[in-house]
Amino acid sequence: MISVRRSTIIDAPVDEVWAILRDFNGHARWHPAIAESRIEDGRAGDEAGCVRRFRLTDGGELREQLLTLSDRDRRFSYCILDAPIPLIDYVANVSLKPVTDGNRTYWEWSSSFAAPEDRADELAALIGEGIYEAGFASVRAMFGQTTSTGHASPRTSRAVTPMGDHRPIDGGAVVIERHGGPEVLRWERATAMPPGPGEVRIRHTAIGLNYIDVYTRTGYYPLIQPPGIPGMEAAGIVLDIGPSVHGLMPGDRVAYACAPPGAYVEVRTMKADLVVPLPDEISDRVAAAVMLKGMSAEFLLHRVASVREGDTILVHAAAGGVGQLLCQWARHLGATVIGTVGSLDKAKIARGAGCAYPILYRETDFVERVLEITEGRGCNIVYDAVGADTFLKSYEALALRGHLVSYGQASGPIPPIDIAAFVGKSATVSRPNFGHYTGTAAEVRSICDRLFRALSNGVLQVEISQEFALRDAAEAHRALESRRTMGSTILIP
Amino acid sequence: MVKVYTSSVIDAPADRVWAAVRDFNALPQWHPAIRDSRIEGNHPSDKIGCIRNFNLRDGGNIRERLLALSDYDFSCTYSILESPMGVRDYIATLKLSPITDGNRTFAEWTAEFDCEPERAGALAQQVGQGVFQGGFDGLKRSLGRR
Repeated sequence: MISVRRSTIIDAPVDEVWAILRDFNGHARWHPAIAESRIEDGRAGDEAGCVRRFRLTDGGELREQLLTLSDRDRRFSYCILDAPIPLIDYVANVSLKPVTDGNRTYWEWSSSFAAPEDRADELAALIGEGIYEAGFASVRAMFGQTTSTGHASPRTSRAVTPMGDHRPIDGGAVVIERHGGPEVLRWERATAMPPGPGEVRIRHTAIGLNYIDVYTRTGYYPLIQPPGIPGMEAAGIVLDIGPSVHGLMPGDRVAYACAPPGAYVEVRTMKADLVVPLPDEISDRVAAAVMLKGMSAEFLLHRVASVREGDTILVHAAAGGVGQLLCQWARHLGATVIGTVGSLDKAKIARGAGCAYPILYRETDFVERVLEITEGRGCNIVYDAVGADTFLKSYEALALRGHLVSYGQASGPIPPIDIAAFVGKSATVSRPNFGHYTGTAAEVRSICDRLFRALSNGVLQVEISQEFALRDAAEAHRALESRRTMGSTILIP
Repeated sequence: MVKVYTSSVIDAPADRVWAAVRDFNALPQWHPAIRDSRIEGNHPSDKIGCIRNFNLRDGGNIRERLLALSDYDFSCTYSILESPMGVRDYIATLKLSPITDGNRTFAEWTAEFDCEPERAGALAQQVGQGVFQGGFDGLKRSLGRR
C-alpha cells in the first residue's frame, strides 16, 4: 500500500477555504488539472455517495465517488471508481482545520492506494505533486497569495481579528411583512453578515415555535417593527465567530433563547454571549423545543422562588408547555404538585407530568379544592401565567408566607392590586421577566447547566409532536392558533 | 463541558518540535509561564501514568497525569489532578502534524473540562490564550527559524 500525504497553510479563514472545497463538483473551478466535471444522475455535489465524472486537461477521464462529507469536521473522503492509470483501491481524505493563531487554515490531503511496483514512485509523485500540491497552489492563488508561504511571514494583520473577516452568507428567512394573520409570513432571502466583535454566526438546524411568535406577528407584543423576522429560540452549528468571543468554536453545536426575535432563518449572526454549547446527549431538536420554556422553568423554580422538598405548589395551566416542565421538575424536587387544567385530556397530561392533583377549573373551584387538599393551609408557591381570571383567587389559594409568582397574563391584564392587603398572609408577589434572569452570559450558562442536567437525567421529558419546514411557518402558526398542536412544535430549516 | 481549541504554525520540522514537547517534564524549557517541574516518584517522563508536579511563575502549583503518549501520532494527552484553576475533569491533548509545504509544524492543543458555569468564558480564555497560545509562542521563540 502506498501512502501519500501533503499539507499546507492557506492564509485565509477556514470557512472561506471550506466554502471552495466542500462542493465535490467544484474542483473544475479551482484545480488546474481538471478541464470539466459533472455529477452523475443529477445529484448534488454535497450528497454522500454522489459520483463525479471529470476530464483532465490532458484528456484522461475519471470517475470518483464521494464517501463522506462533514461540515462539522470540514473533511471529506472519496475513492476512484474508474481511472486511466493503475491506482488500485485509491481512497483519499481532504481535511481542513483552523489555525486560531492568525486565523489561517491548515489543509491536509492524503490517500492510500496500491499500484504496480515499477510505477509506485512515479504515481506517488504524480498524486502528491501533480494533484495535491498543484491544488494547494491554485487555491492559494485564489486568495491572492502567489507564492508558497514556506518561509514567508504570514500576514500579521490577520492575527488581531481572530476568526472574523468572512463573507456574507445568504439563506432563507421567514419575514413578517406587516402585522397581521399567518398570511403575512413570507419566505424570502436574508443575508447573515460576517460576525463582528462579540458575535457568532450560526447555521440553524431546528427552531422552536412559541406563542410569543404569534404575538410578535400580530403586533400584540411590540417586539419588531415590520418588516422583521420572528422567533426566540433555536439550535444549530457555529459557522464562525467574531473577535473577543470565548468558549465557542466553529463546529460547536449550540442553542439559545433570547431577545431580540430573529430565529426564523437558516443562518443567523447574533450576539454570542447568550448562546450556549449543547452537551452531546441533548439533540438539536429537543434543544430548539425546550430552551425558552426550560430556562423559564429553571428560574421560576430555582431563582424567583425556591421549591423545596415537602412544599405544596399550585401550577396553573399544568398541561401547557411551561406548566408541564414545572410539574415534572417540582415533583422531582419533592414537592406535591396541584394543577389547574381545562379538560380531562389535559388532566391526564398533567398527571403524567407529575401533577398529583389536576383540578378541572371549569367544574371545580380551585381555591376550595386546594384548601381541601392542603387541609386549609394553602400552597407555598403558586405559579400563575393565566393573569386576569386567576390572580386574586391564586392569592386566596396561598399559604401564610406563601409566594405568588405571576409570570404571564394569557387571559388579559391583571387589575391593579392593593399591596397592603398582602399583609393578610405576609405574602410575596413576583412578576419576573425572562430577560432579567437571562441577560448575561454567566446567568444563561448557569441556568442551562442545571436545565441540561435535568434533561440528561430524564427529570424533564420533552415531547416534540409536530415538525414543520421553516418555509411553512405560516401553516405552523395556523395550527398553533387553532389549538391543533400538542406538546412542542419545531421548525426545520 | 467547556471545550477549548487553539492551533498554531511553528516554523520548525515536526520531529524537532516533538522532541521538545514529548518530554512530559520539560515544560519549563519552553513554556514561559512555568518556573520548574519534576516527575513524582522518580519515574521516567514518558512512562504513561506518571505525574508532573510543576510551579507557575505566578506561584500556583499544578499536578498533571500523563494519560497517553504517541510517537507515531506526535500526540500527548494528560489530565489535571490538582490546580488552583477550579476545573474538574480536565483533559487536554497536544498534537503535532507535519506541514509538508515548508517543512513546518501544525500544532493543536485542545482541552475539555467542567467548571462553575459562570466562569466558563474566563477559563476558556485563560486556557486557550494564556496556557496554549502562550506555550505555542514559547515554542516559536525557542525553535522557530526566525
